[in-house]
Amino acid sequence: MRVTTEQDRCVGSGQCAMLSPEVFDQDDAGLVVVLQQEPGEDLRAGVLQAVDLCPSRSLHVEG
Amino acid sequence: MTQSADATPETGASLPQFPMRRTCPFSEPREYAEMRANDPVSRAALKVNGKPAWLVTRHEHVRQVLGDSRVSSNLKLPGYPHQFHIPEEMLAQVRLMMLNMDAPEHTAQRRMLIPEFTARRIKEMRPRIQEIVDERVDAMLAAGGPVDLVTALALPVPSLVICELLGVPYEDHAQFEQWSAAMMNHDLSPAEYGAAVQALDMYLDKLVTLKEDEPGDDLISRFLEKNRTEQVADHVDVVTMARLMLVGGHETTANMIALGVLALLQHPEQMAALQADPGLLPGAIEELLRVFSISDSGTARVALEDIEVGGVTIRAGEGILALNNAADHDESVFPEPGRLDIHRKEARSHLAFGYGVHQCIGANLARVELETVYGTLLRRIPGLRLAAGQDELRFKDDAMVYGVYELPVTW
Repeated sequence: MRVTTEQDRCVGSGQCAMLSPEVFDQDDAGLVVVLQQEPGEDLRAGVLQAVDLCPSRSLHVEG
Repeated sequence: MTQSADATPETGASLPQFPMRRTCPFSEPREYAEMRANDPVSRAALKVNGKPAWLVTRHEHVRQVLGDSRVSSNLKLPGYPHQFHIPEEMLAQVRLMMLNMDAPEHTAQRRMLIPEFTARRIKEMRPRIQEIVDERVDAMLAAGGPVDLVTALALPVPSLVICELLGVPYEDHAQFEQWSAAMMNHDLSPAEYGAAVQALDMYLDKLVTLKEDEPGDDLISRFLEKNRTEQVADHVDVVTMARLMLVGGHETTANMIALGVLALLQHPEQMAALQADPGLLPGAIEELLRVFSISDSGTARVALEDIEVGGVTIRAGEGILALNNAADHDESVFPEPGRLDIHRKEARSHLAFGYGVHQCIGANLARVELETVYGTLLRRIPGLRLAAGQDELRFKDDAMVYGVYELPVTW
């Protein structure tokens, strides 16, 4: 599983940092940053939920 | 089949009227389910002026509309589906709130505020929010029941929290709570509505001017400071933003607190489960947010281009109401949507905070406030019960944000 983000689309809702804090965080501007680009399978459910609930569709996952 | 507004001649009288009322406080308006099933993107006439608008009722379509950059939130555009009457001359003078701005202005102003609401910042606010809630619960216990939970707890908690965050003196709360409530009331005349907005803006204008000269440790001061270099807003923009945050921080959370307590009192087995395992609380809050979806007013849009939603073509210039309350009762996402179930796995997919670039910036703050209030009540007043029958309660059927006017409780 590979995680990518589009920071310029991010609206800083912070859903990802709350739902999948091992994989996503917010920088000082409040925009999404990825902590692990290839998280383990045990984190898949949280990542997929974060992707689904992202209001600006800034998160993507492959594989 | 593709249809459009031009295909069928319509008069206000032949169309369903919007807004539609809830017949039960725990349910969506009855018409929503029928529309979702038979006519998920359909026409209605706005009660306020008889003009037609599109109602979007399925979860998938509401997300699609709110995520589409080809729709605008600008209430000055012809076709924007207004929910209360604003005379043309007043509309021309209205300064747009962030809620009604589009990119790039919206993006610039929102980005100034995002750092104030990150997951980390909200976590840092938790201890102070707990203190505020404990003080109010102490006062309730000292006064003894019965008390009105709305005035004793539901309104003061978010009011104190948003005042501290913004740097607005809480001692003035009686005034701006009155103005805030007036702005949410559909029954007011345009003149009364305008007067409330003007009074609050004059108050905030003085406050912002004060902070321009003597900044404090608060959101408005930090916004002003950053704006010196970013220059995304003028003085009036800052006043307008402060109004949006103050009013937005009051009505919504206060109404959710009171309705949520009512719902838990009406579902004692789910309340007992929460008392036994407070770890269930975050999920329960998502479910309460979903069931009540207290406002269908923040998601009005107007199409900038022709867009297709669910096989229907919405023409450029036509108004759209993406009904989050209808989306949150979509049975294809939330089976048995009318049933409150704090264990519901998919509850977090609700759209009670909206969706897209305008999704409520205070959502995570609201979640912490709700969690703190419900958690504290369950722990400290386990014998809480209604001191009135549900049929005696008055619900905000006509307001922009749904709620209950008073909630008498005792223990």
